[in-house]
Amino acid sequence: MADALMSLDTVCAALPDNAALLALRDVAVDAKWDRNELTVTVAPGDIIAATRAVQAAGYNFFEDCTAVYWYPSEPRFQVTYHIVSTTMKERVRLAVLLPGDDPAVDSITSVWPSSNFYEREVFDLFGIRFVGHPNLVRIMMPLDWKGHPLRKDYPVEGYR
Amino acid sequence: MSPVAAPEMVNPGINDVIEDAKRHAKDPASDQTMVLNMGPQHPSTHGVLRLVLEIDGETVVSMAPDIGYLHTGIEKTAEAKFYQQVVPLTDRIDYLSPMCNNLCYCLAVEKLLALEIPERAQTIRVLLNELTRIQSHLVWLGTHAMDIGALTVFLYCFREREELLRLFEAVAGQRMMTSYFRIGGLSMEPPAGWFDRVQKFLNIMPSKIAEYEGLLSGNPIWYSRLKGVGYLSPEDAVRLGVTGPPLRASGVDWDLRRDMPYTGYEKYTFKVPISHDGDVWARYTIRLEEMYESVKIAQQALDRMPEGRITADAPKIILPDREEMKTQMESLIHHFKIVTEGFGVPAGEVFQTVESPRGVMGYYVVSDGTNKPLRVHMRNPSYATLQALETMCKGKLLGDVVAVIGSIDIVLGEIDR
Repeated sequence: MADALMSLDTVCAALPDNAALLALRDVAVDAKWDRNELTVTVAPGDIIAATRAVQAAGYNFFEDCTAVYWYPSEPRFQVTYHIVSTTMKERVRLAVLLPGDDPAVDSITSVWPSSNFYEREVFDLFGIRFVGHPNLVRIMMPLDWKGHPLRKDYPVEGYR
Repeated sequence: MSPVAAPEMVNPGINDVIEDAKRHAKDPASDQTMVLNMGPQHPSTHGVLRLVLEIDGETVVSMAPDIGYLHTGIEKTAEAKFYQQVVPLTDRIDYLSPMCNNLCYCLAVEKLLALEIPERAQTIRVLLNELTRIQSHLVWLGTHAMDIGALTVFLYCFREREELLRLFEAVAGQRMMTSYFRIGGLSMEPPAGWFDRVQKFLNIMPSKIAEYEGLLSGNPIWYSRLKGVGYLSPEDAVRLGVTGPPLRASGVDWDLRRDMPYTGYEKYTFKVPISHDGDVWARYTIRLEEMYESVKIAQQALDRMPEGRITADAPKIILPDREEMKTQMESLIHHFKIVTEGFGVPAGEVFQTVESPRGVMGYYVVSDGTNKPLRVHMRNPSYATLQALETMCKGKLLGDVVAVIGSIDIVLGEIDR
């Protein structure tokens, strides 16, 4: 397996024809090519522009949205989007890094309505707000639940 | 009557549905609507799905699914376990296709570890995945027909499923929660005579599928309950994240086994059934055809079954042979280390997808280099497909909601996780 490419310049140099990289040229702040998977990091304010750009570039199918809690380092949250192209048979991962207090990012439900339940799940289990989401309420936990279970400071066996 | 609260809204919440009914009640020009609570204990919601429906007579005006009754926090539990201990958790997500879950998780971790899986293990994995697909489709067909009112088919389907579960029990020791795949290969060699039993099953299975078709396809009640019901356009299917048979029934040609092959699927020849009708009938015919194709893939796997090891050559990751452990010091040390400390996985993140019987199943595994995963996330097909339920049912009859739920083949275990 080839070594991972960890910076935007090296990834762009290694993959000059990649449709996602070309589409994201203006908004990408970082990129990674690891284990044959492309990750492009964008600024939190640019996520709608980035998803629209990859959608226009042919990445037509939104597959997944989730988050990673990088406790205790900052930026604390990484929101990850997986988008696949059914014509090019390629996948791109978009990542957004968010701070630990009051994390919020724009909702992409206007681009792909299928992100609706996924963003609700991330909101429920991580406490990340999705600005502009039509129905941002808890989906897995009861509506009156306190806390966000998938954060690392939430104990596995619950509060006693 | 159309919803007044938010006619353009996709996937409204429960409160939106209730508000909508209140507004209809205030409007003197329209009939009053009624809010109906369906589930979570309704027998045709396939588990613990709760639907809040606003109905005008028999017509669905708006609806919202309420999920989470089966949320067990598997993603959280996985973070507290060693990598190899997560495998039994994955069975419990989609309990009708345990092998696909096992495979997807193992492939993701193997990608992180850069492990080479021997040919024999890959072929057995493909074989078992296709048997799992047949098994899952049999449960779908039986319960779907039962929802519509054709009770007999259920008994026929479960007759063949019983044989499949016996085959699973013979390799894994468990009928449903198999946990047969391991990171790096398989847990053990299939028992003597097992391949002959599989061959016997594959010989009779096509005639049995034809038997189900004979029971259902020509039946006028079955046809009129399915044909033209629950239409989903290809644009909506892609927009709402629908995958698997419902997506292909809407005319989008996307099957990961052919388009993004994994575990050696590129070596098999098979057809991906497609329909452009987008209704419940199309989903029914596509799943039946898929069962025939699965039999063909399983037959090819059986025919080309190579000899060799069933685990990768990685003594620090795979538990040693029992005999070696008793005679060789290194094996004993490796066994002790793996069981007590697990094994470290190089830092990185991977997203591995497989085509499960319900659609695109993806495992997103993030490692920070330690022996426990930092994050395991499952992208489950039922979860996304459920979002399309409202589009398929709005403005249609209440009785068809049951047919549509059956046709998208949701498993609440994987929706709630």
